[in-house]
Amino acid sequence: MNAVSNEAPERQEIEALLPWHAAGTLSRRDRERVERAIANDSDLARRLMLVREEQQETIHLNESLGVPSARAMEKLFAAIEAEGAPAPARRSFDLVGRISGFLSGFSPRTVAYAAAAATVAFFLQSAVLTTVLIKDQPEGTTELASAHTPSNAHAVVRFSPQATSSEIISFLLAHGAEVVDGPGKNGSFNIRFTNDLPKAEIVKVVQRMQSETKVVEFIATK
Amino acid sequence: MQATSDEELIGRIASGDRLAMQVLFARHHVRVYRFVLRLVRDESLAEDLISEVFLDVWRQAGRFEGRSAVPTWLLAIARFKALTALRRKPDEELDDEAAAAIEDQSDDPEVALAKKDKSAVLRKCLEGLSAEHREIIDLVYYHEKSVEEVAAIVGIPENTVKTRMFYARKRLAELLKAAGIERGWP
Repeated sequence: MNAVSNEAPERQEIEALLPWHAAGTLSRRDRERVERAIANDSDLARRLMLVREEQQETIHLNESLGVPSARAMEKLFAAIEAEGAPAPARRSFDLVGRISGFLSGFSPRTVAYAAAAATVAFFLQSAVLTTVLIKDQPEGTTELASAHTPSNAHAVVRFSPQATSSEIISFLLAHGAEVVDGPGKNGSFNIRFTNDLPKAEIVKVVQRMQSETKVVEFIATK
Repeated sequence: MQATSDEELIGRIASGDRLAMQVLFARHHVRVYRFVLRLVRDESLAEDLISEVFLDVWRQAGRFEGRSAVPTWLLAIARFKALTALRRKPDEELDDEAAAAIEDQSDDPEVALAKKDKSAVLRKCLEGLSAEHREIIDLVYYHEKSVEEVAAIVGIPENTVKTRMFYARKRLAELLKAAGIERGWP
């Protein structure tokens, strides 16, 4: 780092950490080192402001890139369908364990209701869907709020017991929707529309979804 | 209701769970796409590449050992795919891109107009950086990767990560100066 070779090594090292300090990705020890140095060095504090400017415009630039079209997902799942199951996993497929885990998340009354109301196929399908919620991502998987631009439009849907997971995925993809919660009463799921459409347009989409009776038993906007 | 962690999703994907695959894709595909697009500068190619990235995840989920976080793993796969695709591109296309990059750095009418807006100039100069410098700037500022994570994604030592980031910022300052913005650093 020739440009700052006349500066003390410690100061050079602190300056090199400024981008990570601005991004909040330093260890606690390094963060405290940087904060101490900035508190006693106004020039270093000014350089941190430059870093923050760069950070802000880098985020702006990346977010202006938009999002990929549905083609990417269609291509992926077409390839997965063609390929079949992935290579054998190190982990065993513990069906009983998965079902037990699924049941443990519900009250006894819910479980009793589900057992009475659902067919075996529908039950298994619900188990799969329940375990893959995408709402309220845990710490460590958080994305910037603006990374996605989903709408606030939601709908409640109950899938047909005969629909396979592949059919459900294709159905959601075709209509620009994703599962965010469920199953609720009667095995219904909360879905969100990924495109920010006017309410009238959402109603039309829901009507088209309702017409696909092979996959959907019931659907209504929230 | 608790959301499923990325690591749990990978476990389910390893068992052939397509819905888990859909959730992982929904959670990460935009960031992976933007990372790839900044490298290859071709939207159609970037879309093809993210399909390939997640197809690799489908195939390799059973071998994921959790040595790095899932988003870091995804970006490492994406980077490899992007660089491989760039190597496959005909030389004339690369020449066109190089020419475009050179044009980006000059004081063309667009830049001259943008001088009125410091933020716009800064973004223009960020676009004018080399692929290597764009990559590290994006990983640190946008993807919020630590020194260790950048080292894992790019495959370089941690000290080199810091040095490369310094030179990327230095180059950015040079481009800004050429565009009429003197920041007093370095």
